[in-house]
Amino acid sequence: MTEFILERFNYWLIIILMMAGLYIVFSGTNMIKRLVGLGIFQTSVFLFYITLGKVAGGTAPILVRNWDTLHGDGAHGADDHGGDTHSEGAHAADPELQAPTSNGDVVVAPNSPTASPDGFDPLLALPQAQDADAIANPYGVRAADLQFGPGLADGPAIDGVLYTNPIPSVLILTAIVVAVATLAVGLALTVRVREAYGTIETDEVSQADLDVTAAKGSE
Amino acid sequence: MLTALLDLAPEALRYHSPVLVAVVPLLSAAICAVLPGPRVAWVWAVLVTIVTVGLSLLLLAQTPSGSIVSYALGGWAPPVGIEFRADSLNALVATLVAVMGCLVLVASFASIRDEIRADKTPMFLAAFLLCLAGLLGVTLTGDAFNLFVFLEVNAITTYVLVAMGASRDRRALPAAFNYLIMGSIGATFYVIGVGFIYAATGTLNMADIARIATPIASESSTVQAGFAFMIVGLGLKAAMFPLHQWLPNAYTYAPSFVTAFLAATATKVALYALIRVAFTLFDPAIPFERLFFTWVLAPMGAAAVIACSIQAVFQTNVKRMLAYSSVAQIGYMLIGVALTTQAGLGAAVLHLVNHSLMKAALFIAIAAVLLRGRTATLAGLAGIGKQAPVTATALGVAALSLIGVPLTAGFVSKWALLQASLAEGWLWAVAVIAIGSLLALLYGGRILEAVFFKAVPEDAPVMREAPPLMLAVLIGLALANLWFGIDAGLTTSLSSAAAGAIIGPGELATGGTP
Repeated sequence: MTEFILERFNYWLIIILMMAGLYIVFSGTNMIKRLVGLGIFQTSVFLFYITLGKVAGGTAPILVRNWDTLHGDGAHGADDHGGDTHSEGAHAADPELQAPTSNGDVVVAPNSPTASPDGFDPLLALPQAQDADAIANPYGVRAADLQFGPGLADGPAIDGVLYTNPIPSVLILTAIVVAVATLAVGLALTVRVREAYGTIETDEVSQADLDVTAAKGSE
Repeated sequence: MLTALLDLAPEALRYHSPVLVAVVPLLSAAICAVLPGPRVAWVWAVLVTIVTVGLSLLLLAQTPSGSIVSYALGGWAPPVGIEFRADSLNALVATLVAVMGCLVLVASFASIRDEIRADKTPMFLAAFLLCLAGLLGVTLTGDAFNLFVFLEVNAITTYVLVAMGASRDRRALPAAFNYLIMGSIGATFYVIGVGFIYAATGTLNMADIARIATPIASESSTVQAGFAFMIVGLGLKAAMFPLHQWLPNAYTYAPSFVTAFLAATATKVALYALIRVAFTLFDPAIPFERLFFTWVLAPMGAAAVIACSIQAVFQTNVKRMLAYSSVAQIGYMLIGVALTTQAGLGAAVLHLVNHSLMKAALFIAIAAVLLRGRTATLAGLAGIGKQAPVTATALGVAALSLIGVPLTAGFVSKWALLQASLAEGWLWAVAVIAIGSLLALLYGGRILEAVFFKAVPEDAPVMREAPPLMLAVLIGLALANLWFGIDAGLTTSLSSAAAGAIIGPGELATGGTP
């Protein structure tokens, strides 16, 4: 039992953070504090995503292998995902030339071919992406193993280097930007409320509104 | 007519139309923000919305029942890249949003001049265009995480738009703040859900999720948790019954133009996203989802219809009354969705379209009342039928449609919902719809009574007719309410095609993937 709990300490931390954040949002009366609570709540979700992407023993998803090859072939370095040895030839091809084959696939058909392995971009697809499991995990990271506990998501190493799944990190970068924008709007609103009401305590604000309504009603 | 449009449009435009619908307003917003003066900005925004309407019609023409238009963003093929994916349902919703955005904007120039400071108007309209882009993006994207991004583009601009009502009434500020808190929590819940789904399936593409998640949904608690989080998050955005507390204040204190726009589009799009998650990402035949529909969604819908209609009856502020009525109307749609039959979903989509028509007309009429110096209360509406007969008649027609009087659009969709409920043997739903309509008669009747039968208060400013553009849009919307009540062929066929695209007869709802 202890092992069960300790093994998942990251999830417990996330849950504690999440609940603390939600509690602050709902119990707080100070508008700044409520925004802080919202921030804590959102941060817990960011951590959740990072945890999802983490592969035990995996390194940051930055290309390690093929440094020399890439160095000599600098023009294509940015597009080389270093996925496999078989498609070295494909990497050599100019991405600009490849683009039209995959560009703007407007398909008007009742059956979409999106799920077929052929739908993969050649730059991203792994050659073994034939069975459903591989399609689901184009990066070879078995995030599906999450429910069986962290550390078991032992995705296959790519050329001897085990990478962490980069997708959750990328998603969370987007979500952080969104959260910052929301926070900015929230703080701006707080400033305006302070200007209009002279307070940023939500209960005092609603009391002020009630007083105004009552004053109008008694006229 | 639509096919003619299809032939007329250049190939490249047709090819890129799914993404252009969202990208055109998104990019034009930046230009709008730096334009000098309110008039120029308004003309620019109107032009942009007209182009958007054209593009959305083009998209609608490309998606006759059964066909799907898939667009790979940036040339990265799905499921790895982000996909924009249009079928009969979301092409219809996108067209509705674009048309309503255009109409409300065209009608509201005088109202914007009146309520928004001139130096802030270009920024205000830029926020409106971003909001529109967000709504259209949510509607058309085929990627679960991309949906969140567009949802937030829409939400953040909505907070700003609502807060702009502060120049008229400072209560807009706390209303916008509460909306921000609730909206962010809703969006974050949705993200948690997407995280669970990604953990279980390893993909973010909706069609791909449908293919992988549906077979494992019954055993995998990860998928079920993801479903629950996504539904709660989107339910908050759609003002699903117990999660609707942010809506009445936001609608009441927002500028009239914003209220009309949001009432006609925002909750509709969130409801669309909810339908998409419930029917495309997951199969409604999965036992746990069936339980959810029968024991959560349907009772919530019924509670919304009854509780919020009762609350609407006791309001004196007409904007707030109509806001509560909006939550009640969402309740009708939820009942239709919860039936999980093609007829039920078709009725829900039909009510979505019709409700958009009537609420836009009602809120534009309220904007006209505010513009003439009256207040948006029942007392403020008193006697406007005598002083401004055309505006008042348009308002009256929309109110009748809201009640569901025969020969109006509101009747057609409620009748369709009634029939769909009867077909499933949901007699309680029939009773709820009947009670809801009676309550609508009460609050709609209060509006009609004030407009046509109350004497004009002595100290009230004279209510003149709405300005020409506003009046033209109002008459158009009122006529549309009547037209779609008498000849519902167009709306019915579009909405049943939309429902068919989601749950075709005898076809698995897996988004067309094998």
